Amino acid sequence: MSNATTAKPANAKKGGFLAGTANYLDERVGMGGILKEFGRKIFPDHWSFMLGEVALYSFLVLVLSGLFLTFFFQPSQVPVIYDGVYGPLKGAEMSIAYKSALDISFEVRGGLLMRELHHWAALLFVAAAGLHMMRVFFTGAFRKPREINWVVGFMLFVLSMAGGFTGYSLPDDLLSGNGLRIIDGMIKGVPVIGAYVSSMLFGGEFPGTHIVARLYGLHILLIPALILVFIAIHLFMVVIHKHAHFSGPGKRDDNVVGYPLMPVYVGKAGGFFFLVFGVLMLVAATVSINPIWLYGSYDPSPVSAGTQPDWYIGWADGALRLAPTHLEVVTGPYTWAWNILLPILVLLVFMALVATYPFFEAWVTGDKREHHVLDRPRNAPVRTGLGAAGMTFYAVLWAAASTDLIATHFHVSVNNVLTSLQISLIVLPVIAFLITKRVCLSLQRKDREIVLHGHESGRIVRMPHGEYIEVHTPADEHELFKLTDFVDYQPTIARPNAQGKITVGARARAAWSRFYFEDRVAPVTAGELAAAHAHHSHDEVEEKPAAKKTTKKLTK
Amino acid sequence: MANKQESHENEHEYSAGLAVVPADKIADPGLEPHRVRMTDKSKKHEKAAASQVATWFLVSIVGSIAAIVFYFVFPISADLNTVRNNTFFVGASIALGMLAIGFGAVHWAKTLMPDAEVAEARHQTRGSEETRARAVEIVNLANQESGFSRRKLIRRSLYGALALFPLPGLVLFKDLTTDANPSETLRHTMWKAGTRLTTDPTGTPIKAADLTLGSVFHVIPEGLNEREDKLEQKAKAAVLLVRLDPADVKSQKELDWGYNGIVAYSKICTHVGCPVALYEQHTHHLLCPCHQSTFDITNDCEVIFGPASHALPQLPITVDAEGYLVAKSDFHEPVGPSFWER
Repeated sequence: MSNATTAKPANAKKGGFLAGTANYLDERVGMGGILKEFGRKIFPDHWSFMLGEVALYSFLVLVLSGLFLTFFFQPSQVPVIYDGVYGPLKGAEMSIAYKSALDISFEVRGGLLMRELHHWAALLFVAAAGLHMMRVFFTGAFRKPREINWVVGFMLFVLSMAGGFTGYSLPDDLLSGNGLRIIDGMIKGVPVIGAYVSSMLFGGEFPGTHIVARLYGLHILLIPALILVFIAIHLFMVVIHKHAHFSGPGKRDDNVVGYPLMPVYVGKAGGFFFLVFGVLMLVAATVSINPIWLYGSYDPSPVSAGTQPDWYIGWADGALRLAPTHLEVVTGPYTWAWNILLPILVLLVFMALVATYPFFEAWVTGDKREHHVLDRPRNAPVRTGLGAAGMTFYAVLWAAASTDLIATHFHVSVNNVLTSLQISLIVLPVIAFLITKRVCLSLQRKDREIVLHGHESGRIVRMPHGEYIEVHTPADEHELFKLTDFVDYQPTIARPNAQGKITVGARARAAWSRFYFEDRVAPVTAGELAAAHAHHSHDEVEEKPAAKKTTKKLTK
Repeated sequence: MANKQESHENEHEYSAGLAVVPADKIADPGLEPHRVRMTDKSKKHEKAAASQVATWFLVSIVGSIAAIVFYFVFPISADLNTVRNNTFFVGASIALGMLAIGFGAVHWAKTLMPDAEVAEARHQTRGSEETRARAVEIVNLANQESGFSRRKLIRRSLYGALALFPLPGLVLFKDLTTDANPSETLRHTMWKAGTRLTTDPTGTPIKAADLTLGSVFHVIPEGLNEREDKLEQKAKAAVLLVRLDPADVKSQKELDWGYNGIVAYSKICTHVGCPVALYEQHTHHLLCPCHQSTFDITNDCEVIFGPASHALPQLPITVDAEGYLVAKSDFHEPVGPSFWER
C-alpha cells in the first residue's frame, strides 16, 4: 500500500516529457483526477473472470479484422462472370459479393488470413460470452445489484449471435444462401405477417438482389454499434458495482480484494489481450475455416448434405429438426405452421427464462441485500441444478443440429437419432437437474465433514488400549471460514397479508421456496465446531494444523 | 472489526428475506498471509525473471519484423500454394509478435509486480439519504419550474407528439418491398401449360424416352436461364423428375398427373425451403438434407418423417408432339415453406 497514491505526474521526472504531457492532459481533461480515481482500482483475481475479457478482446479483433475486410468486400448481388485465379470457378456466373469474397481470399495478400481471423474471432466471441454467462450464473453474480447488468450481458449474447449470422450470410456462397433460405422459411411461417416480412427483408422474392447489401448494413453498422453501446454500459456497471469476488477469508460484501489496476492489471489484462489476439491469429494462420470457394455461388437448387451452421446457430437449427411431423394446422384459408412456430417459441421461451432468471430468484429468496461475495456453485444446489438442466436442454438442441452426421458417423438410423433426441430434450434436463442437485448437496456435506472433523490424514494410530484410530488433520482457520461463509436460505410458508388473505403469489412463493431450499445443508456454526472439538479431544489424537500447502492438496 | 461496524452505520439495512442470518458464524480470520515468491526473496530469480520478460519482448520484435519480411517474400499468384504459404508465414509471425508481448507482460505482472492482495472498501450502490433527498428535490424543482405535472395540456400533447413522430420513419421502410401482395406472388411459378422440362443447370429439353426406370433428373423450366430474375424463379420452380414403375405408385392422382410413371415434384422442401435433393432409389424416398424431412415419392410425396408438414406439390406433366416432357399447368398449390395465406 506504500505506493497507493502513485500516479503518473508524481512519478515522472520534474520537467521531463512525461511530466509535461501529464500536466497538459490534467489541465485539459482532468487526467490527474481520472488516474486518482481509477489508477489503483482493485480487481479480484480468478481464472473464470477472464472469460468476459476473452469476449471483449475477441470483439476488438472482430472490429480490426472486419475493418480490413470492408476495404475489399463489395456487398452487391449484380451478376458477373468470374475470371479470377481460382480455376474451378473460372467462367462461372456469380454475384459481385461472392467474387469479392473470393478475391479477398486469393488475390489480396493477408486477405485469407483476415477472413479466417474474422471468422474464428466471431466463433470465439460468442463462445466466450456464453461461458462468461455461465460463470456469472453458477456463481450467483447476477444477484443484487447486478440484475440489470445480467440483462445487458444477455443482450450482448443475442447481439453477438445476430452479428455472427448476418456476417455468415454475406459471402453469398452456397452455404450462406442456404442459411438465408432457412431463415426465409422460418419468417414465412409467422402468422399473418410472414409473407410480408419475408418480402420486405429480401426486397421481393427470395433470394432477390438486396439481401446482401441490407445485411451488410446491419452487420457493419447497426449491430457493432449496439454491441459497443452495450459493452460500454456493461463495463460502466462493473465500475459502479466493483467486481465481485469469491468467498474466502477477508473477502466480504463490503470490500473488494485483489490487485490494483496500475500496474498489475494493466500488465495482466493488457498482456492477455495480446494472448487472445495472438492465439486467434495463430489459429487463423493454420486452421482453415469456411472455404467459400468449395461449393460455388448460391443457387436455390443444389445443396450439399451434411452442412452445419456456425456453432451458435446450431441450437436453433436443432430446434427446427426436432419438431414432430404434421404439426401444421389449417384453419379456413389460413395456415398455422406450428412446425416452425413451436421451435421458435421454444427458443424464445428459453431465452426469456435466461434473461429473467435473476428477478425470479430474487423474488423467491426475498433477499434485498447486495451480494458481492460469489457463491460456490455447490452452495446453491437448486440454482446449479437448474443451470445444468438449461445447459443440457441447450446441448440436446445443439446435438439435434447434427442428427444426420451422428447417423452417418455412428451407422445408426437418422430416425432413431431424432426420436431419441426428442425424448432426451424433455427427459435429460430433469435427470441433469436431479444429479447436479444431489452432487452439490453431497459436496456441501463433505465440506461440513471437513470443517467438523478435518481432513483424513491416512495415518492410523494404535492407542495404548489397543484401539485403532485414524488421525484427522483439522482445517486451518482460513479454510474453516472459506467452507462456512455462504448464504443459507430456508423455505417459508404462505402467510396471510395485512388483509388476512393468503394470496396466490404468497402460495406460489412458498411452493418455490420449498423447491429451492427444502433440501439444505447449513453452514457449520462456531458452536457446532466447538462441540465437535470437545467430542474429539477425549478419544482422538489430532494433529496440529499442517502448513497451508498440505491442507490445500488434501482438499482437492 | 470495530472499523467494520462503523462503516456499516451509514449503510441501508436491507431485508435478508429467507436467508438465515447466523448468530455464531465462524470468525473471519482476515486475508490469508502473503506467500513470498522466489522473485521476492532472491535477487538472482528477480534478475532472471526480468531478463525473461525482456527476452519475450525481443522475440515479439523479431516476430513483427518477420511478418513484414514474409509479406514480401511470399507474394501470392495463381498457384494456390502461394496463398497458403503467405497466410501461414505472415499469420504465424504476427501471432508470435503478439503472443510474445502477452507472455512477457503477464510474466512481468506475475513475477515482478507486487502480488500481495489488497482490500478496498466497497459501498452500497444506493445513494446516501442526503443524496437521495437532494435527487428528489431536484426532480420536484424541475417539475415545479417547468410545470410538467401542472400543465396537463402541454404534457398530454407532448405524449401525443412523441408517440407519433417515429411513425413516418417506420412508413418510410414500406418500400423495402415493392410487392403489394407477396403471398399472391408466392402462389405462382414459371410453369404453365406447355413449358418444357429442361435439365438443371444446362437447360436441355428432356424427352420421355431419355428416362430409364429409377433415373432422376434435376429440372428447371425452359427459358429460366434467360430470365433476369432466374434465381427467384428457380427458388420456386425447381423440380425433381423421377421415372417410377407404375406398379409401385400407390396414388392414382400421382399417375394421372405424371406420364407413364414419370412424375415431377417440386424440389423445394415444404418445411423451410431447402432443396429436397436426395433420392433413395430402392425405398423411393426423397430426403431433405437440411432437416431430414422425408417424402414418399410413390404416394403423392406425403411426409413420412421429419419436421415438414405437407406433401411436396406435384407438377402435372405430359409430352408434346416432339416427345419432350412439358408441364400441363402450373403447380396447383404454392410450393415451398408454409405461409399464413397458403
